Amino acid sequence: MAKILKRERLVPNIHVIEVEAPEIVRKCKPGQFVIIMPDKKGERIPLTIADWDKKKGSITSVFLVVGTSTHKLAQLKEGDDVPVFVGPLGRPSEIDNFGTVLVAGGCFGIAAVYPIARALKEKGNKVITLLDVKASYLLYWEEKLREVSDQFHVSSRDSFYDCKEYIPKTLDAILKKEKKIARIHSIGCTYLMYTCAEATRSHEIKTLVSLNPIMVDGTGMCGACRVTVGGKTKFACVDGPDFDGHLVDWDELFMRRKSYFDDEIQSMCYWEKKNFP
Amino acid sequence: MAENKKEMPPEMREKLKAGFNQEWRKELRKSFPMKERMKIERQKMPERDPDERNKDFFEVNRGLDAKAAVTEAKRCWDCANPQCVKGCPVGIDIPAFVKMIEIGDFDQSVRKLKETNALPAICGRVCPQESQCEEVCNLKKATGTPVAIGNLERFAADYEREKGEMFIPSLPPSTGKKVAIIGSGPAGLTVAGDLALKGHKCTIFEALHLPGGVLWYGIPEFRLPKRILEAEVDYLKKLGVELRTNFVVGLTATLNELKKEGFDAFFVGTGAGLPNFMRIPGENLIGVYSANEYLTRVNLMRGFEFPEYDTPVYLGKNAVVLGGGNVAMDSVRTSKRLGAEKSTIVYRRSRVEMPARIEEVHHAEEEGIEFHFLTTPTRFMGDDKGHVKAMECIQMELGEPDSSGRRRPVPVEGSEFIMEADLVVVAIGNSPNPLIPQTTPQLKVGRWGNIEVNWDTMETSMKGVYAGGDIIRGGATVILAMGDARIAANEMDKYLQKR
Repeated sequence: MAKILKRERLVPNIHVIEVEAPEIVRKCKPGQFVIIMPDKKGERIPLTIADWDKKKGSITSVFLVVGTSTHKLAQLKEGDDVPVFVGPLGRPSEIDNFGTVLVAGGCFGIAAVYPIARALKEKGNKVITLLDVKASYLLYWEEKLREVSDQFHVSSRDSFYDCKEYIPKTLDAILKKEKKIARIHSIGCTYLMYTCAEATRSHEIKTLVSLNPIMVDGTGMCGACRVTVGGKTKFACVDGPDFDGHLVDWDELFMRRKSYFDDEIQSMCYWEKKNFP
Repeated sequence: MAENKKEMPPEMREKLKAGFNQEWRKELRKSFPMKERMKIERQKMPERDPDERNKDFFEVNRGLDAKAAVTEAKRCWDCANPQCVKGCPVGIDIPAFVKMIEIGDFDQSVRKLKETNALPAICGRVCPQESQCEEVCNLKKATGTPVAIGNLERFAADYEREKGEMFIPSLPPSTGKKVAIIGSGPAGLTVAGDLALKGHKCTIFEALHLPGGVLWYGIPEFRLPKRILEAEVDYLKKLGVELRTNFVVGLTATLNELKKEGFDAFFVGTGAGLPNFMRIPGENLIGVYSANEYLTRVNLMRGFEFPEYDTPVYLGKNAVVLGGGNVAMDSVRTSKRLGAEKSTIVYRRSRVEMPARIEEVHHAEEEGIEFHFLTTPTRFMGDDKGHVKAMECIQMELGEPDSSGRRRPVPVEGSEFIMEADLVVVAIGNSPNPLIPQTTPQLKVGRWGNIEVNWDTMETSMKGVYAGGDIIRGGATVILAMGDARIAANEMDKYLQKR
């Protein structure tokens, strides 16, 4: 059992959750994730750790509401308990002084890149942050990210910020201007990470992506999260979640993420009917 | 890897002899001659009708009633030199508990069992008795049918649980020593039970949210109802064992960090939590599961109650399970229960080499499971949505015996054929889970990733750190894990007393 300290809607469909987890705080590093279960009948869902507070002993994550279990998560209130909050899982992101590093995030990934950007900044890197939102009102954590960035860009379809193009075009433009980018970290939906990796391929810049396949146990026991990287099968939960985006078999990942498409709809309908008749 | 048939320790032999010479046992033997005992037929385990049970997840075996149990107990000769005890990896005093059933003292019988086995209701259900205690039973040598020791063990344990009063032995004063047990599977639970009875403070760390390890996520409800597991875990809690679920040792805290927190001894029972795959093309198609994932979705996440529970599991019409062990049988029978029209075992060797318990194979056959022997897939084929729809297979023939003593399967050239399958479960074994070895550099690891131990003491290369079960064996059975745990617990107790 873990106690919810805060659950808030940041922007439409995206929520932040802060959970009391003193043991996880002692160990967690940027790039790692936790597995949470909203209630005893819920799914085990992986969430990237977006921030933590050592004094309070709490972990913060941001999630997008998509299926039944995330809908349930979005209903939780301060003081509620969740039956599962386990971690930190996965290998931490590689953090070092690389020179200039670009972090690219979208959707829940805006929060997920934050601890990586912060750690890179602390190591003395020049950090360029590039975020993608469908509309300017969907941007969150702007202040937090600006604080740890040397350059801050936003692609937003309504042209409120730098430009209105989808992230790969903006990324390409930055790469053409900034010659010394040593590596790129990209987190967001699979499509965003895929397009980022494709955009950087011709520039031959190492692009790390934080893969998000379906998981169950998160400790390497079940193999649900297998992905093909460089022709080899890897388990995202224990071998990742960070992988070289240029080596990932994206078609397979897109396909496997849709494994339970029909079931997910059925589950949502069932839950809605039961709770909002 | 391990040799299990060790000589019986002298203190155990003494104990057995003392029991054998008790007056009531002598009289009981006299009251009913061996010849008469031999005439009694082995009592049949009542089973639910195959056509009814293969559609739900309720238990297959109903259990013996008291009358049948007493009758079955009468078949036991109460031998002076009981082979069955030697055949049991945890050395249960089998004649004693069986004879107590014969005189109708079921309470004493279960206490006798619990002296050496903290989990009798589980072992009575999942042990491969036919290759252990029952295999060496003297009655089997004489008549061909051994005493149904497993069924009697289950009877006694169920009797106590159903009565609602679990006997809690009186605990010795606390030694003040703290033991960390990593993994709450059969090995971990056994160590906890044994060391709690010796007065040590035990804490079990479990990565998942429910305790039991493979007993929860692996063995299905129809073979081991989870309420029985819960009752056995409850019993351990009453002995003062602390359970910490949602704690991944290695990640939430490393073994070395726990050591600094003041644990005096460790037991690593983290199991074979790393599924093996075939490594053939198409294995990552949708609908191809590892047995671990398939069974975890169904058992731990209760996918069979979807959508009341959120975790879905793919329901194939044409289910194929690769492998011939207990996990394969559990998977294939699960697929049938989830509504598959056809559920098939594909095994690369022949029937006799199958490592599954005989009862499981027998039950599977009754439930309409098909078997395809001497066959192995070479690739999986999918539809345009990436869903598996068929597999290409090749016929095998048996060659010379390999290191396991079983004849090695060799592909027959040109024998390829296509088999339809829209759900495939790969149940070809597991490797030891690497999390502890990776995060505990002092631990010596063998070539299969297994933690190396001294087989006499179960101590690892690290002082005060012991290990047992699949993490040292690779992939074995519940009772072998418990056997390791029993040895480890004895040694750990000695180690703790010296500290």
